[in-house]
Amino acid sequence: MRIFDTLSFTWQALTFAKLRTSLMLLAMSIGVASVIVLTALGEGARLYVVDQFSSMGSNLLIVLPGRSETTGGANPSAFIGETPRDLTLDDAQAIKRIPSVKHLAPIVVGAAPISYAGLEREVPVFGSSQDMQHVIKMSVAQGQFLPETTFHSATPVCVIGATVKKELFKNARAIGQWLRIGDRRFRVIGVLASEGQSLGMDMDESVIIPVISAQTVFNSPSLFRILITTEDRDTLDKTKTKVLNLIKKRHQGEEDITVIRQDAILATFDNILKTLTMAVAGIAAISLAVAGILIMNVMLISVSQRTAEIGLFKAVGASPTLIKNLFMTEAIFLSLLGAFCGVIIGYLGTLGISQTFPDIQFITPWWAHISAVVVAVLTGVIFGILPAKRAAKLDPVEALYKR
Amino acid sequence: MNETQIQLDNITRTYQVGEEKVHALDNVNLRIEAGDYLSIMGPSGSGKSTLLNVIGLLDRPDTGNYFLNDTAVTSLTEEQQAKIRQQTIGFIFQSFHLVPRLTAAENIELPMLLAGIAPTERKQRVEKVLHNTGLSDRANHRPDQLSGGQRQRVAIARATIMQPQILLADEPTGNLDRKSGEEIIEVLETLNTQGISLLIVTHDPELGRRASREIKMIDGKIQSELHNKQSP
Repeated sequence: MRIFDTLSFTWQALTFAKLRTSLMLLAMSIGVASVIVLTALGEGARLYVVDQFSSMGSNLLIVLPGRSETTGGANPSAFIGETPRDLTLDDAQAIKRIPSVKHLAPIVVGAAPISYAGLEREVPVFGSSQDMQHVIKMSVAQGQFLPETTFHSATPVCVIGATVKKELFKNARAIGQWLRIGDRRFRVIGVLASEGQSLGMDMDESVIIPVISAQTVFNSPSLFRILITTEDRDTLDKTKTKVLNLIKKRHQGEEDITVIRQDAILATFDNILKTLTMAVAGIAAISLAVAGILIMNVMLISVSQRTAEIGLFKAVGASPTLIKNLFMTEAIFLSLLGAFCGVIIGYLGTLGISQTFPDIQFITPWWAHISAVVVAVLTGVIFGILPAKRAAKLDPVEALYKR
Repeated sequence: MNETQIQLDNITRTYQVGEEKVHALDNVNLRIEAGDYLSIMGPSGSGKSTLLNVIGLLDRPDTGNYFLNDTAVTSLTEEQQAKIRQQTIGFIFQSFHLVPRLTAAENIELPMLLAGIAPTERKQRVEKVLHNTGLSDRANHRPDQLSGGQRQRVAIARATIMQPQILLADEPTGNLDRKSGEEIIEVLETLNTQGISLLIVTHDPELGRRASREIKMIDGKIQSELHNKQSP
């Protein structure tokens, strides 16, 4: 039988049994569509997180006090109770002198009440330097960011987040106003552009003041973090070693800090979310298998309904192989068509979700499209074999004389 | 005209019906020459249809030898038998067995479609046959839009479109009224005069007498054979 004839014959058989065909198509397209939509969700979440991280710059090093290692046991220090040595502004100053360091922002964080004209609000207060703007990519909507000064100059100025501005000043001008943070007064010199959440830190809700001022407000000489960016990614590891050595020297030979490459965290998250996406795709693939079983069922019914037809085919000289091929073609045709519909439905679904959540970019990864279609066709083949074989083996005499 | 086309030697075919073994064919010997016209008669369950199906390679005998054009066909594989069936044998059934979703023309075309004959040739041959059988104006009708006689004419056209040597008809007039039945038999007899071997299974004694060889079967055995004078 010619290929074109086989195809058009199959098409005729499928369009004749409209209900049967559309049910099978529906099952298959739901399977494929769910793979596409679910992977789009997973991939969207991954891209969102990756994007959030990269907004902080990928050539970022994070220095934090303390060392991840196991202490205790018979060591006497376990009884004394050893706390990590603080990171200080002097440490930050020393690190800034390393040539490969481009920007360095010491970070102090705390919560403090801020008040203006009788309105009070408890917000996160960051102490940092001008470099913070470059390290965590932030843009200023009005005024300016912290001025370029030494870490030790306690200029009484602050930059406020968009929400803080709205809450305290409403529509009035904020720049130049004096605001009370804890028991000190700061002049507002800038308002941050609204950027939404950045990895759990809502900069819209916070206030940024010079690092030394924050240390005074919170009455603590230690730093929460030191954020460093380098010229490029290649110098990250070199800089990391230099920072570790430098602090070791400054802390009497004790390596009591941890330096993390930000892109290492990124890679971890990336991996976790990729795995999640795969897992979700796997779950969706189960619905493909279910669709396959449905196709098998309906094909089996179809074979028994078309017994007489199959008997006749044999009588007019169709070989068992030819009959098997005809039914296999039907199964593959169905699953291909189902996969095609599924891709379209999945695409529309993804589009719908994207419209609903415009912040997150939902894109189905290319492998999901291909694997969904491949799996759909494979299911068609696998679950088509049994009915096709049954049709081919049918005894023509029984088939023709059955009433 | 006198070479042996079909030779059955000691053909036996048994069915298991519940506990019982039924001898549908019991040691049947039969020789048919090219162009012969046989009627096979007998009561229900006498093995008439089984004989037809064995000759048509739809059923396999349990024992015995079957030579078709000097080929021992019983030992062939199913695929090889299908090929022979396609090229040498045409079937006509009591219940027509037309494919309901296909038009008359498409039903006639079906064997050629399965055989992989080129579309242009298929079209030509179908048109010719439709014209010869006077079904041209019914070409695009589905079976349920045709009368019984028309359906059987379509079935005959389908059975002969591959130009077989043997035509096997199982109660071809069983579902037809007298007039249409008569017409169908005339079509079949015309084909026989053109050289095709014709085997008709029937209950109708009048029909049986029309054949040059009239075979009576009882309990799977050929009981008698009458040679009638060919009525022109």
